[in-house]
Amino acid sequence: MRKTLKIEERFYRVLMFLSTTFICSALFVILFSILRTGLPHLSWEMISEMPHGGYYFGKSGGIFNAIVGSVYLSLGASLLAFLLGLPIAMFINIHLIRLTRFVAVIRFLLDLLWGVPSIVYGAFGFTIMVFFGMRTSLMAGIITVSLFILPIIVRAMDEVLRNVPKGLLESAKSLGSTNSEIAYVVYFKQCLPGIITAWLLAFGRAIGDAASILFTTGYTDFVPHALNEPAATLPLAIFFQLSSPIPEVRERAYAASVILIFIVLTVSVVSRILSNRYNKNKINF
Amino acid sequence: MQNSIIDIKQLNLYYGKQHILKDINISIPAKKITVILGPSGCGKTTLLRSLNRLTELDASVKISGEILLNGQDLLNSTEDVTTIRKKMGLLAQRPYPLPMSIYNNVAYGLRISGRRKKKFLNSRVEYYLRQTNLWDEVKDRLKEPAATLSIGQQQRLCLARGLAVDPQIILADEPTSALDPHSSRMIEEKFAELKDSYTIVLVTHILRQAKNIADHVIFMYMGQVVEQADVREFFENPKEQQTKAYLQGQFY
Ligand SMILES: Nc1ncnc2c1ncn2[C@@H]1O[C@H](COP(=O)(O)OP(=O)(O)OP(=O)(O)O)[C@@H](O)[C@H]1O
Ligand SMILES: [Mg+2]
Repeated sequence: MRKTLKIEERFYRVLMFLSTTFICSALFVILFSILRTGLPHLSWEMISEMPHGGYYFGKSGGIFNAIVGSVYLSLGASLLAFLLGLPIAMFINIHLIRLTRFVAVIRFLLDLLWGVPSIVYGAFGFTIMVFFGMRTSLMAGIITVSLFILPIIVRAMDEVLRNVPKGLLESAKSLGSTNSEIAYVVYFKQCLPGIITAWLLAFGRAIGDAASILFTTGYTDFVPHALNEPAATLPLAIFFQLSSPIPEVRERAYAASVILIFIVLTVSVVSRILSNRYNKNKINF
Repeated sequence: MQNSIIDIKQLNLYYGKQHILKDINISIPAKKITVILGPSGCGKTTLLRSLNRLTELDASVKISGEILLNGQDLLNSTEDVTTIRKKMGLLAQRPYPLPMSIYNNVAYGLRISGRRKKKFLNSRVEYYLRQTNLWDEVKDRLKEPAATLSIGQQQRLCLARGLAVDPQIILADEPTSALDPHSSRMIEEKFAELKDSYTIVLVTHILRQAKNIADHVIFMYMGQVVEQADVREFFENPKEQQTKAYLQGQFY
């Protein structure tokens, strides 16, 4: 008995070790190949300048427009999704606490939506735009992307809120708190680190997605100055450059990927710092 | 009973099909300590939580009967449930401080009642922390998270936080079960002082604790109230066979 247990234990340890190594090396290889191709082509010009005429055929210029467009788009969309999503997550965990079946259905639907490919959201957004006679714009992109990341941010926050012990809810209720006080004071403070992480997850999905913005945000060689103007974005900049027959341009796509990764990394580090900062009041039950 | 603040009449409670509280009829005297005694699983916690209507958070609960507070029915009240809950402070089996500073934990109850003046809050927070013998231990670290306190201190903080809502009644569900003997005694002594101003309903299964601080005892068994009596009467001259058996330690 003891012996078989020991062998089993060893077996799983080896298995875990192998899978961890495999995953980490796969990620490392991806990152390495992007950096190896991209870094030599990364220049200050690329980050700071607009595409000059013929940029996509290998001439001079940069993708400042796409960097700014992507940041606008994903900040806007993740903010909008957050503002819509937080009340939903609070509502199903606090106000609807008695309706366990109904909440289970909502969770199920959100999980389904999570699995819908982003191109479908793009097509949906496009249909709506056509219906209202809107043209491709930053606004249309923000709305479409926020719909696409809404299930993600809601479920991510939901999982955090769900783990709040019932005793905390009950003691807040016993003090005579209303549901909104519980949501936006007690639960918000208790879950703030997790809420920030959920936002980060949504931001990452928003900035990395190309399909949902293809028809809705459009593409332009300028920085958008208003919500009704089209905007360039990094995923599309990468996509257009990668589909070029000119090797030089294809390699610039890797440099654009490096920029994208760097933005996600920066946002991630900043939110980690914020998250740790707001962690101190959290009660660990 | 004369001077009763809570009267429960024909209270029945079901969890789904399970009949948990059966025909409960009791009175709780004002400004006294009433102890609810009984073996594990007999429904003490459920009865206590019915008083401030926490049981209704559970969808499967069905409840009937009357719970009268000062003659006014709480179960079928038109009054807002938050108003009802503010009349009672609940001290749970283990402390659940709010995820904020020590100061804000106590100020929370005042703030949700609309009191926001800094000076007023400061003086009340100090008052309630003194009431629970916590002030000297925390006065230099009021801004620190409540999570940094020991369990015994957290329980006293929860008591202070509950008192700050200015309830008439304190409901306490085995409030000392997670505490060391010293902290337990502190809470017990506090209750003995607090009964001049509050009505206290305490669930325990520590007979010594009941004997020490109770004025009135309610003994429950399998969802029913077997006996309720004055503390002397209850311990010296129990009427029911089951009570005698319980007091002799024949079951827990
Ligand atoms: N949420 C619930 N759902 C279903 N049944 C429950 C629930 N809570 C309590 N019960 C049942 O109600 C009965 C009474 O439970 P209760 O917690 O009131 O007992 P208690 O007297 O406080 O016991 P203890 O001394 O162990 O705390 C038990 O049989 C328990 O299984
Ligand atoms: Mg109990």
